[in-house]
Formats: sequence, structure tokens, C-alpha cells
Amino acid sequence: MAALYSGRKRRNVIWTGLAYAATVLGLSMLAIILGTLLWKGFGGLSLDVFTKNQAPPGVVGGLLNAIVGSVIQTFIGLAIGAPLGILAGTYLAEYGQNARLAYVVRFINDILLSAPSIVVGLFIYELLVVPVGNFSALAGGVALAILGAPIMVRTTEDMLNLVPNTLREAASALGMPRSLVIRHIAYKAVRSGIITGVLLAIARMTGETAPLIFTALGNSLFTLDPRGPMSSLPLIIYEFARSPYAEQQKLAWTGALILTFSVLALSIGARALSASTQQK
Amino acid sequence: MSNSQVGNDVNAPTPAKAPNASKDKVVARALNFYYGQNRALKEVNLNLYEGQVTAFIGPSGCGKSTLLRVLNRMYDLYPGQRAEGEVLLDGENILSKNLDLNLLRSRVGMVFQKPTPFPMTIYDNIAFGIRLYEKLPKSEMNDRVESALKRSALWGEVKDKLQANGLSLSGGQQQRLCIARTVAIKPEVILFDEPCSALDPISTAKIEELIDELSGDYTIAIVTHNMQQAARVSHYTVFMYLGEMVEFNETDKVFTSPRDKRTQDYVTGRFG
Repeated sequence: MAALYSGRKRRNVIWTGLAYAATVLGLSMLAIILGTLLWKGFGGLSLDVFTKNQAPPGVVGGLLNAIVGSVIQTFIGLAIGAPLGILAGTYLAEYGQNARLAYVVRFINDILLSAPSIVVGLFIYELLVVPVGNFSALAGGVALAILGAPIMVRTTEDMLNLVPNTLREAASALGMPRSLVIRHIAYKAVRSGIITGVLLAIARMTGETAPLIFTALGNSLFTLDPRGPMSSLPLIIYEFARSPYAEQQKLAWTGALILTFSVLALSIGARALSASTQQK
Repeated sequence: MSNSQVGNDVNAPTPAKAPNASKDKVVARALNFYYGQNRALKEVNLNLYEGQVTAFIGPSGCGKSTLLRVLNRMYDLYPGQRAEGEVLLDGENILSKNLDLNLLRSRVGMVFQKPTPFPMTIYDNIAFGIRLYEKLPKSEMNDRVESALKRSALWGEVKDKLQANGLSLSGGQQQRLCIARTVAIKPEVILFDEPCSALDPISTAKIEELIDELSGDYTIAIVTHNMQQAARVSHYTVFMYLGEMVEFNETDKVFTSPRDKRTQDYVTGRFG
């Protein structure tokens, strides 16, 4: 018996050690990425980055057109994706518990969640770029919506499933119609959870490059017109990182720094919000 | 498989009307209830007398909560659950297909086992229900909220924090808030589904006192696991067993001289 016990103890030590090692490995990767970004990108941070547009080599330029482009396209993606995602998630949780349609929707959503983003980009290229005849920020936004919506579908459904049925019953027992129960009771109970899903979707959309290559294309000029090609942070990083000019490479690092830390801030914000939901 | 149990209709109890019993508010006739294939209520005949408190007792799974949930058609939220027979509220069959469920529930309120305050302020918890049915000016709404909170003996404890979240109250206070919310929309019948089983003894005493005060103005049905509670708060008691209504009589009689052996065994603690 003593031999059995000491063997078990030894195995415990070994596996616990491996688990710790895996954790350290994963975290150190993250630390190295963030450290490299700070190391290479922080030096390039200046007011010019946020106030000047992208410039040809030899001229001091910034990332203004790309930052504005990213904001516009993410906003388009959100304007299309958020209503779609939240409404579909609501259907799945509130109406489609056992319906066949819900099963299908859930299945397709799971596929979309892990769909390669380049495929989504190509799809929108065929759908919105080829027929129209030119690349556009609008097409980019639609591609981002397709990538962001499934995240919101999933989180909205998961969050609404957290609403206890007793709460729905209590509201119905007052004679509240179902639509009001959902809007005023269920949404309210898990509001921060649903917002978390939206923030995560924004983070995903902001960081995507592949779906924009075939849709928004990129643009070295400042533009606010969503009907034409538009730049964005991921695209400019992609472009500048391959540039032979040192100052453009440096700007690519700075852009990557800005992008990564905005996404990181959004994710942390989302985590904090969902933690506060769970407490209630 | 459930159909084989149907022949179990030996002695359907006949409610003995006490001299002080007033008129029928709710009458169930030959009520059967099914969860899918599973028959949970068998030929139940029940009278709730106006302004009286009727307690439903019985071991777990006997159908007492099911019976309660038929009276406001709560089961309608779940597909696969259905009731057969007749349940009359003031003579109108509430099981009929084209009944307005929301209107029914405004007349038959319900308080649940676990306190279920809405995720909003104390004030809104009560005002929300009222707004479903009436458009009131601010001052009148304030009066209604206040009187509902007074009615449920909560006003003194919350009058200075009406804008606080309903979830910030203690369990007993939350339950009284739920009662206030139910009372505020002026129902005629109030159903209590084990309202004290999640509460401490002091909160329980307060809720029982409240039920006593509300009787007279409201017809009340209460499901309880606690026989002392049934004895304390109710005028009539229904004993349910395996989906059947075994006994229905004045509370005193059910506890002191039950007619059925099963009732006697249960109230003397021999099973359940």
C-alpha cells in the first residue's frame, strides 16, 4: 500500500510540474510578443502617428488614415453584425430551445465561429466587390460583420441561458407579454454579459487582416467615403512590414503596438464586465 | 404506461362546506394534468373560497405545485405540458384556448419559492407591473408603490432607498418585495408556491403574518411542505398524494380528524 501511495505521489509531482511548465511556456510567449512590440514599437510612438497620414518613404508620416479606416470599418461591421448577432442569439435562447431551425442555426454558427477569415473575405469579394466593380470599405465592413456576428450570437445565447427560468416565470406571472419579459427582464439581467460579447466581437474585427485584403484593399490616402477603398491598421501593418524602408518598418511596429494594446484593453474590459455579471 | 393508473378513482373527496365559507372563487372540476405522457394530476376537484386561505400539502412530487401552476396557466410557458378538465374563475373557464393569458395573470398573481426580484430598482420592481395595465401620473404612481410596500410590510425598511437595486435586499425582504409587486397590480387571487422554504424563521413569520392580513381581501392558495405552516395560515387544507386530491376540508379537521388513512399518516408524520 505504501508503494502504491508513493507511486501516486510521484506521478502527482510529475504531472503538476508539467502543468506548471505548460503555463509558463504559454505565458512567456505572450510576454515575449508584448515585450517585442513595446521594444520595437514604443520608440515610434509620437503625436505624428495619430495626426499625420501615411506618407511616401523619406517623408515623415503617420497612421491617421489607417486608424480612422479601422474605426470606420469596425463600426460598419458592428452596425450590421451586432443587431444580427444579438437577435439571433435571442432567438436561440428564448424561442428556439428545441426547434429544428435553432439546431441548424447553432450548428452553422459554430462553423462560422471558426471559419477561416480569408474565405469570408473571398466570399464578400465575389458578392460585393466583383458586381460593384471596385473595392470598398463597405465590403470590408460586411466581411467583418460576418466574422463578428457569430461571437455575439454565441455570447448572447449563453448569457440569456444564464437567466434563471424562475425570473421569466415571475415576470410572466405578472401578465407580462413575452417580448417585454425578454427586453426588460432578461436583457437587463445579463446586460453586461451581452456587452462583453460585443466587445469581444469588436476586438476580433479590429484585428482581422485577411478579409480586408480582398474587400477594402487599403488606401494610402485619407478617406471617409465607405464606397471606396480604405486603409486600416492591419492592412498598413501588412504593407509596411514588407517595405524595405526602415521608417515604414518602424511605423508597422508602432501600428502593431497600437492595435494589440487596443484589442488587449477591449478584452480586459470584457473580462471585467463579465466578472461583474457573474457576481450578481 | 401512465394510462394503466387511471382506474384509481376510488373515493374522490367531497369538500365539506363550512358554515362560514363564502362563495366559490376558483373551482376545478375533473382536472387532469400531463407532463408529456406523465399524468401528474388525476381527476382533481377543488374549490377555493373567496377571501379564504387554502393550503396544499403533501409529499414531494404529489402534484401540489402542479395544481397551483394550473390556476394561472403558468404551465403554458412550457410546451408538452397540458391540462384537461375545467377550472372556473368566477364561473369562466380559464383552460379555454382563446383566453387572454396576460389578463388572467393580472387577476391571478403568483409568488414563488425563491425570491425573484427583477434586476432593477425597488421602486421599478413594483411600478413595472403597474405600468403594464395603467398609465398613471408620477404622483399617483408613487402612492401606488407606497401602498403596495406598506401592504407587504416592507415600507419602513425601504422607504429611504427606493432607488436601490432590488437585489440588494435580504432574502426575506426580497420575498416581501415580490409580494408587494404582486399585490400592486390588484389581483383577485394570489398563489404562493412554498414562499418561505428559502427563508429564515423570522422572515417566515413575517410572510405568514402577511398572508393572514391579505386574506379577506384576496383569495389565497399556498403550497407548503411545512404542516405547521399550513395549520397556522390556512382556513382550508388540501392533502394531495400521487396526483390525487385525497382530502379537502377545513384545516382544523384535516389535522385533528382526517377522514382518510393516508392523510392521517401524513399529518402525524408517519411518511413524507
